[in-house]
Amino acid sequence: MEAGIQQRPGLVLSPRCPVAQPRGPLGGVMGRAGLPGKLAGTARSARRCQKLFQALLPPWLPGAAAGRTLRLGQHRGAGGASQGRAMLTFMASDSEEEVCDERTSLMSAESPPPRCCQEARQGLEDRESAAQWFQNTRARHRRAHHGGVPWPSPSGFPQRSQDSEEDLDEDADRYMCSGVPGQPSGLEEELTLKYGAKHVIMLFVPVTLCMVVVVATIKSVRFYTEKNGQLPYGAGREQSLQPAISLSIYTPFTEDTPSVGQRLLNSVLNTLIMISVIVAMTIFLVVLYKYRCYKFIHGWLIMSSLMLLFLFTYIYLGEVLKTYNVAMDYPTLFLTVWNFGAVGMVCIHWKGPLVLQQAYLIMISALMALVFIKYLPEWSAWVILGAISVYDLVAVLCPKGPLRMLVETAQERNEPIFPALIYSSAMVWTVGMAKLDPSSQGALQLPYDPEMEEDSYDSFGEPSYPEVFEPPLPGYPGDELEEEEERGVKLGLGDFIFYSVLVGKAAATGSGDWNTTLACFVAILIGLCLTLLLLAVFKKALPALPISITFGLIFYFSTDNLVRPFMDTLASHQLYI
Amino acid sequence: MTAAVFFGCAFIAFGPALALYIFTIATEPLRVIFLIIGAFFWLVSLLFSSLFWFMARTITDNKDGPIQKYLLILGVLVSVLIQEMFRFVYYKLLKKASEGLKTINPDETAPSMRLLAYVSGLGFGIMSGVFAFVNTLSDSLGPGTVGIHGDSPQFFLNSAFMTLVIILLHVFWGIIFFDGCEKKKWSSLLVVLLTHLLVSALTFISPHYGINLVSTYLIMVLMGIWAFFVAGGSCRSLKLCLLCQDKDFLLFNQRSR
Repeated sequence: MEAGIQQRPGLVLSPRCPVAQPRGPLGGVMGRAGLPGKLAGTARSARRCQKLFQALLPPWLPGAAAGRTLRLGQHRGAGGASQGRAMLTFMASDSEEEVCDERTSLMSAESPPPRCCQEARQGLEDRESAAQWFQNTRARHRRAHHGGVPWPSPSGFPQRSQDSEEDLDEDADRYMCSGVPGQPSGLEEELTLKYGAKHVIMLFVPVTLCMVVVVATIKSVRFYTEKNGQLPYGAGREQSLQPAISLSIYTPFTEDTPSVGQRLLNSVLNTLIMISVIVAMTIFLVVLYKYRCYKFIHGWLIMSSLMLLFLFTYIYLGEVLKTYNVAMDYPTLFLTVWNFGAVGMVCIHWKGPLVLQQAYLIMISALMALVFIKYLPEWSAWVILGAISVYDLVAVLCPKGPLRMLVETAQERNEPIFPALIYSSAMVWTVGMAKLDPSSQGALQLPYDPEMEEDSYDSFGEPSYPEVFEPPLPGYPGDELEEEEERGVKLGLGDFIFYSVLVGKAAATGSGDWNTTLACFVAILIGLCLTLLLLAVFKKALPALPISITFGLIFYFSTDNLVRPFMDTLASHQLYI
Repeated sequence: MTAAVFFGCAFIAFGPALALYIFTIATEPLRVIFLIIGAFFWLVSLLFSSLFWFMARTITDNKDGPIQKYLLILGVLVSVLIQEMFRFVYYKLLKKASEGLKTINPDETAPSMRLLAYVSGLGFGIMSGVFAFVNTLSDSLGPGTVGIHGDSPQFFLNSAFMTLVIILLHVFWGIIFFDGCEKKKWSSLLVVLLTHLLVSALTFISPHYGINLVSTYLIMVLMGIWAFFVAGGSCRSLKLCLLCQDKDFLLFNQRSR
């Protein structure tokens, strides 16, 4: 038990760490998965995690896991660290234990503030894409320790004047990580800028990784650029026909027509069908959420993750092995896919180290993007990309848009949304209870850097981090406590998927041209940068697709048709510009 | 053509740029962002140049013959002009952004204009080099024999070295250009433009690699020396650095250690 850490009564610790009574030493979050060890209650959960991992090989029932988490959730719920609700509904994602998982902690711990920007959109295969937003928990804590809010919400924050719980609703729109209360505004803006750039990079890296995986696969594995029916292997044909059949339900109009007009018309019709399917699913999801059918939603998400992690991985692995002519026997294959899938399920839906979770999310986004690239007809894919960014814009910004309603409902209920479908790049800062003043800004940042790099989830042993995280606790009562919590950026998986679809299609159809791929890649990154800039300016939820996809499409078509002939001619004459 | 050619040429062309990126840019998120924005500006300038060339070609109805070669030369020269124009536009954008940052926080966190000049030059250079060379590189992985029809067998090596020199030149041009803009010395801008035109024009004599490469490298060395002095270096500081006697630098390193 932590001793000596004085917590101001009512101060919530880390919402992430499932702590009942014992307030953690850090009084703050560690949003890392399994960083529960810091807090007394979490040692128990760490042991449970350990047992769960050890139980991985024999198939474990989701129900059992759910039951386990339910129990844990209840146990913790009694602790009063939360708002008294042990958010059991969203299965693992919602229970307080779940909060240990930094992915979910980012999600669950943070009930999105009212009018906040949590967006979830039902993708075709239940892959959701969400708007991205910055999270600043500073205000949350401030609010927490002023108002004794038991479950710190992520809300937006700012700062100087928040003293009561009413502010919870007020600063919903301020998502920027701003400065500390009492600090000069310049410092806040500086922090804003600093954090803004870091967040942009924190999103660049996973987006780049996902695109690299997709482009590498497209360029090397022929399977994903072949059209259906050209498969040389019988087994492959059956495997590949299943997704083909399911996708051809969504895009029934063929593009094998001779005339351009007919082809265009068919692709537009395919797009209409696909978009209406997506809209219908999103509305269905919103309705389910509104009527609290959490189990159904959760089951749906579990089913789709299962399919991605097992079936699509199996197909992908099969094709890669075929391409490189590597023989693998079925038992090895089964073992590999089983382990990959099981660990993925645990990481995504329950708890796991942050890096592993992020890696799995990137991999499933890449797999999904590859499926889209393979099974969507050419022109339909481009029109769908355009239409879906328009839809994203509408759904997120219009007052009656389904995503907006989803977010608002979640905020009213103070619940997280669908943690399984959002990529979070949590930058966990230790809860420094140090009083922040301009002079100690540097000091504040130093302690957290090494801790940030640490992946301290250790499910197979007693957590050893209590000694690691020892922030200084200055004299407490009466001090302005500034607790920097995680400042993470979240991006929906659907955004990853569609970015990768765009770049992958550029790689697949650009007649072997790398310039087109690179141009689309840079365009998407710039679009993401601009979106984040707008997010900083407007401080509300924004759709991540429109700007990037627009730039990507513009650059794809212009590079393919204008730049490519120019560069090819230059290269053939060996001229340099 | 083998993997050796591929890796060799790739590292010749992009090695220094990669080293510069890893050691100076990758650690700071803001610099990475400015680098990518610089690359984007170069891309947009290329887009406009291609558009111009495409329109010129459609106007002349795609007739074959010497007119295509002249059009290409014109396209190259116009492209150089457009690139420098976009460098100027990027300078203006960075200036506005810096001023904005400075008014927001008087404490210095925003990168200085010199640093931004370097970063933007590197952004332009990397994008330019990549676009020029990456298709050739990917062809070098495949089967084939270079020069079987009488062309030079040093095609890949020559392209790799040319790409390297272009990347470095862009870095130096960026530094000189931004400095000229800051100090309102328009002669610097003119010199940058003229040397860029010269370098591109030198590639017109492409089968004669020797003259082409050597003169371009000479220009690169000259530009490098000029950029060094423009960026604040001096013979004294260079000597101190090389002899490891630069106290400020040593102290700085020790402190960070």
